[in-house]
Amino acid sequence: MSDTARADLRRFITAKYPAIELTDDQDIFALGFVNSLFAMELVMFVEKTFGTQIPNDELRLDHFRSVNAMVQLVHRLNAPTSQASNA
Amino acid sequence: MSTAMSLDPEAVLADVRTFVDDEVVPHAEEFDRTERLPRSLLDRVGQLGLWAPFLSVDIGGAGLDMVTLGRIHEEVGRGCSGLRSMLTVHGMVSWSVGRWGSAEQRDRWLAPLISGDTFGVFCLSEPDSGSDATAAGTLAEADGSGWVINGHKKWITGGQVADLLLVFARTGPGMSAFLVPSQTPGVEITPIPNMLGTRSSMIAEIVLRDVRVGAEAMIGPPGWAAGTVMTGALDLGRYSVACGSVGIVQACLDACVAYTSRRTVHDGRLRDLQLIRRKISDMVTSARAARLLCEHAGRLKDAGDPATIMATWVAKYHASTAATAAASDAVQIHGANGCSPDYPAARLYRDSKIMEIIEGSTEIQQTTIAEEAYREVA
Repeated sequence: MSDTARADLRRFITAKYPAIELTDDQDIFALGFVNSLFAMELVMFVEKTFGTQIPNDELRLDHFRSVNAMVQLVHRLNAPTSQASNA
Repeated sequence: MSTAMSLDPEAVLADVRTFVDDEVVPHAEEFDRTERLPRSLLDRVGQLGLWAPFLSVDIGGAGLDMVTLGRIHEEVGRGCSGLRSMLTVHGMVSWSVGRWGSAEQRDRWLAPLISGDTFGVFCLSEPDSGSDATAAGTLAEADGSGWVINGHKKWITGGQVADLLLVFARTGPGMSAFLVPSQTPGVEITPIPNMLGTRSSMIAEIVLRDVRVGAEAMIGPPGWAAGTVMTGALDLGRYSVACGSVGIVQACLDACVAYTSRRTVHDGRLRDLQLIRRKISDMVTSARAARLLCEHAGRLKDAGDPATIMATWVAKYHASTAATAAASDAVQIHGANGCSPDYPAARLYRDSKIMEIIEGSTEIQQTTIAEEAYREVA
C-alpha cells in the first residue's frame, strides 16, 4: 500500500509538473507552483485514488506538503479505526 | 409534489424543458424589465426539485449526476440567465454545506436548501476584489467563542432574497468561510439595479458590520484549506455558467432560425441569404461543441476525476465566448428588432457578456488554460 500510494502520488504530481525533480520529502509548497486550483486537484486525486473522503480536520497544509506527508495521510484515512467525518 | 428524487434523469429533463418553455421563456423579458423573479417561479423550481438535486442521497439529496445537472442548467439558461444564475449560486452554497459542513450544519441547513425554503448566496466578491479572491478585505476576528465579521461584499447574485450567506473572510494570515443567516444583526443588504445583464438575478451588495456569529458558523477548515472550499464551489459555479452559456447559444439559434424563416427581404427570405446561413451554421457548431465540452467536464465530475477542474475552465471559456459571439450575431440578424425589447436578442446579448465575467473572467481563463499547457509541456 505504502509503495503504491507513493508511486501514485508521485505520478500525479510529476504528470502535472514534468519539469520538476521531485523527492519524497520535498516541500512542494516551497516550489512556488501550488495554487488553490492544484490543491483542489490534489484533494480530489487522493479521494478518488484511495477511495476515501478527507475529513475537515485532516485538510491541513502540512498533510499535503510532501509526498511523504500525503502517504501518511492516506495511511491514516485507510486505517481500520479511521472515521472520516467533518468535524 | 414532483421531485428529482422520484424521477430518472430523462424524466427530470423533460419536466425542465416543459417548465422552461411554458413558465420561463414567455416571461423572460418581463423578468428582465422588472429586474425580479417572482416568488411563485422560485417556488416552482423547488417543486421540481432543481435547487440542489446533485447532493447525494445519504445527505438528503436526489443524487442526480452532474451531466444531467449541466443539461438542466443549459435548459434554464436557454430561457432566462437570471434564473440560471440563481440556480448557480444556490447550488454553490448547497454543495459547500454538503461537502464541507459539519453534521450540525448539515442538519440545520441542507433540508431547507434542497427545498429552496432557504436561499443561499455566495459572498466572495468585494468592491475592490472580484476575480482576485486573495485581495478580500472582509475580516473575521475571534471574539470569545465566536467571531465578529466586518466587510463589504458586492455583486452578490440573489442577494436581495438571501436567507443564508456563505461569507469568505480573512482570519489571520489565511481565509475562512462562514455560514451567516441574512437576518443576523449587522447584515445590511442593498439591491444593485440597472446591471447590464442577468437583471432578474436580484443582485445586491452586502455590508457586514460587527456581525457576531458563533464558532459553529465556520464551515470547512480554516486557513489554507479554505481555498479548497472556495475552489470547489467556484468549480461548480463555473460548470453551471458554462452550461447556461450553451443555453444562450441555443436560444440565439432558435430565435434566429425562427426570425429569418419569417422575415422577407427583396424577393426572398432572410434564411436564403448565404451570409445569414454562415451565422446560423456557426451557432449550430458552437452549441454542439460547447455542449460536448460541458458534458466532458460533467462526466469527469461524476467520476471524481481531478481533471474536471481544468476541463471546466475550458468548457466555460469556450461556451461563454461562444455565447457572446452568437448573441452578437443574433442582434445583427434581427437588425433594429434585435435592439428592441420585442425580441429576445437584446436580452441574450446583454446576458451573454455577463457570462464572460462571472466565475472567472475570459482573461483569467485564457491565462490559466495557457499556463496548464506550458506546464505540461515544459
